[in-house]
Amino acid sequence: MIEHIELFFKSIFIDNMVFAVFLGMCSYLAVSKKVATAVGLGAAVIFVLAITVPLNWLLDQYLLQPGALVWLGPEFAEYDLSFLSFIMFIATIATMVQLVEIVVEKFSPSLYNSLGIFLPLIAVNCAILGGSLFMQSREIETLGLAVNYGISSGIGWFLAILAIAAIREKIRYSNVPAPLRGLGITFIVTGLMGIGFLSFGGMLTGGDEEVKEEPKEVVAEITEIEAEVDNQIKIVN
Amino acid sequence: MGLLSKKDAKLITDPLADNNPITIQVLGICSALAITAELKASLVMGIAVLFVLGIGNVVISLMRNIIPSKIRIIVQLIVVASLVIIVDQVLKAFAYELSKTLSVFVGLIITNCIIMGRFEAFALGNGPWKAFLDGIGNAFGYAVILLIVGFFRELLGSGTLFGIPVLGDPIEKTGLYSTGYENNGFMLMPPMALIIVGLIIWVQRSRNTTLIED
Repeated sequence: MIEHIELFFKSIFIDNMVFAVFLGMCSYLAVSKKVATAVGLGAAVIFVLAITVPLNWLLDQYLLQPGALVWLGPEFAEYDLSFLSFIMFIATIATMVQLVEIVVEKFSPSLYNSLGIFLPLIAVNCAILGGSLFMQSREIETLGLAVNYGISSGIGWFLAILAIAAIREKIRYSNVPAPLRGLGITFIVTGLMGIGFLSFGGMLTGGDEEVKEEPKEVVAEITEIEAEVDNQIKIVN
Repeated sequence: MGLLSKKDAKLITDPLADNNPITIQVLGICSALAITAELKASLVMGIAVLFVLGIGNVVISLMRNIIPSKIRIIVQLIVVASLVIIVDQVLKAFAYELSKTLSVFVGLIITNCIIMGRFEAFALGNGPWKAFLDGIGNAFGYAVILLIVGFFRELLGSGTLFGIPVLGDPIEKTGLYSTGYENNGFMLMPPMALIIVGLIIWVQRSRNTTLIED
């Protein structure tokens, strides 16, 4: 249970998709002019991540990992299809996004219209593919953790785009120098928010570090070296 | 240049400044920020995007008349994903340490908006030679920004360029460090990349006032 809570808060605040690893910046910058559309896109991203990360976890676990094909028969234990990860992940994502688009169009036409082109563009949003790739490279262990990771990284991205949209709405009344207006000031403000989020880095330290074996080995080495040195001195003398 | 006509040469020079994919078209931001803590990583990423965008543009341009419009995004994704798998395997084989630094960002070239953006905006409507020039032009524009950000981050953050110490030795206190200068470790943190790109945009739009938004 504790690892679920840990992963949840870690993915939202410490490994935030926007501030720590810069995923999904293009749509983040393009859609953040109004809070209403930002909320809609953020919700869509959470939903797509929550579905695609577990699906890709299943694919990785039972198809792509080295030795994953064992369930077909013991002779398949040598196979390593991980080089196909990119294509398989992006195929799952493109399909799920198409499904989400159909569902949104049916149940909320107003949201569909306000999101416009950005809904199909979620398929190429690096945050979605990045979520699956980080799930793979960090070797998330169970399906439950994968769902957790999908939802929490989505929430992290949602927080980020919500914050920048709110700030951009207010900043229109500020006296920003002309060359910085629009894109430039957004970059700098995002950087400052990133610096702020760095303060969460101390949130989950301590408690489960392993006791290191090193001191004993180092001491043994030193006594060995001292014995050697003594030998050499005796030989020289 | 005798080899390229004026219009063709413009395809390469435009994205270097006036139509830069990162600062003007606002594409390809993700990888530009995340891996620029070292100049070597920036250079390798620039070369990778050059390869994928150059060849990808040509392939899509050659296929442009036979791709049905409804599935064109999927076809583009497959072309890019295959090229990126090649890049990834080559990197893992010849530069394993670097591939660990770049980690997932090589895979994220697939979703790099520059590539899909140029496919849609140019390759689908133009011949292979022009598409190739447009591809390498945009890749150069992207690489230029990456190298600038990487230059400042590595120089100010670790005092090295491409891994070679240029300001002296921080531990022995030679060179610039003897005056009491310390490396600004903050430059190696992700947010500084955002601020540096913001400053680049400021400089670029001050020099070319037509690019200012209202």
